[in-house]
Amino acid sequence: MNILPVIIAAAIVGGVGIIIGFFLGFSSEKFKVEVDPREESILEILPGNNCGGCGYAGCSGLAAAIVKGEAPVNGCPVGGAAVGNKVGEIMGVAAEEGVRQAAFVKCGGTCEKAKQDYQYTGVEDCAALSFVPNGGAKSCSYGCLGFGNCVKSCPFDAIHIVDGIARVDKEACKACGKCVAACPKGLIELLPYDAEHIVQCSSKDMGKNVMKACTAGCIGCRLCEKNCAFDAVHVVDNIAYIDQSKCTKCGVCAQKCPKKIIV
Amino acid sequence: MKALILLAIGSAIVNNVVLSQFLGICPFLGVSKKTETAAGMGGAVIFVITVSSFVAALIYKFILTPTNTQYLKTIVFILVIAALVQFVEMFLKKSMPSLYQSLGVYLPLITTNCAVLGVALTNVTKEYNLLESVINGFATACGFFLAITIMAGIREKIEYNDIPKPFQGTAIVLIVACLMSIAFMGFSGMI
Repeated sequence: MNILPVIIAAAIVGGVGIIIGFFLGFSSEKFKVEVDPREESILEILPGNNCGGCGYAGCSGLAAAIVKGEAPVNGCPVGGAAVGNKVGEIMGVAAEEGVRQAAFVKCGGTCEKAKQDYQYTGVEDCAALSFVPNGGAKSCSYGCLGFGNCVKSCPFDAIHIVDGIARVDKEACKACGKCVAACPKGLIELLPYDAEHIVQCSSKDMGKNVMKACTAGCIGCRLCEKNCAFDAVHVVDNIAYIDQSKCTKCGVCAQKCPKKIIV
Repeated sequence: MKALILLAIGSAIVNNVVLSQFLGICPFLGVSKKTETAAGMGGAVIFVITVSSFVAALIYKFILTPTNTQYLKTIVFILVIAALVQFVEMFLKKSMPSLYQSLGVYLPLITTNCAVLGVALTNVTKEYNLLESVINGFATACGFFLAITIMAGIREKIEYNDIPKPFQGTAIVLIVACLMSIAFMGFSGMI
């Protein structure tokens, strides 16, 4: 076998490669873009999921915005205080104490508690289901549909369908807000991580109709509102809402609730 | 001179690289949402194709032919094209950051834009000389520029139209591409 052509071929391709390498090396020096070194080090600290929870197009967008001063150092909802402090060190500012948040699903209508009007056998997608009569098979038109659009949207595997309704794993939740946007019923809300008392219902129906549809529904009886000593609970549109900034976690509302849906 | 002009018209319009030869479809569909970015992409492609057909012709004539290693053309051309795309990327990042941002991932994708390699290989198979190669490259790239900017213009208008649901999005874009291709067929046989 004649080895010469092989060597020639290797030499030519290698030679062209070396010339190109020199050319590119030279031009990369010549066309160097001055990137703020802080931007790169911030980017290293950020989680790198590119989830977009901060409102920027990926982690690099947030890093650039932090360096420019357009975003707060704790702008990353996923990294929370830990990342915020590290970024703050780089930027030379103390991170404002951000409250860790988590997503909560405001529905307690599990398979046995919530009644169904009919059997649904169509596409398994919450958004599609919200177009069928009465917004899904559940008698309650406000309740969780249980087909898990939130589960699909979660980049952190923190939300799951348990017993027919979505449940959030508080430890795994990074409060990026994807599930909030994914739920066609608007059942998911970002609340402080340590919130203890949340109304597990979103039904705005009259108490009588709620009772018919679900045993875990808020009937708007106002017992919680009347018994709260801190003006934290209010019933608006037949549904109780707890203002977490006023709640002192005393637990009176949970005790008084006849439906036991404040947990 | 007349032959060169005919060659240019032929490769820019009659044998349009996208609409008649179906090369470079990826950026044609991917970056044609806004006229501005489409024109930017077209400009980058014009630069890359013109320079790469020149360099490829040089290499073919002075390195590959004398050493009788023409069979290496594909791999060497790919090397040259990849390097040129890298160069354009650096250049744009430095001088036109906004265009660099809007081209995004499609800029490195010029590397795999088969139109670029296609032109370099066509030049070789048709045995064009150096000048003809450069003109062919430039004209082909102009054809790409033409096709992608027309496409972007149409797509901007389509945004306002009431399209039946099954045809929305990529479907209507593909139909538009087909209609454009049929329109460009009218040029065939002109030269």
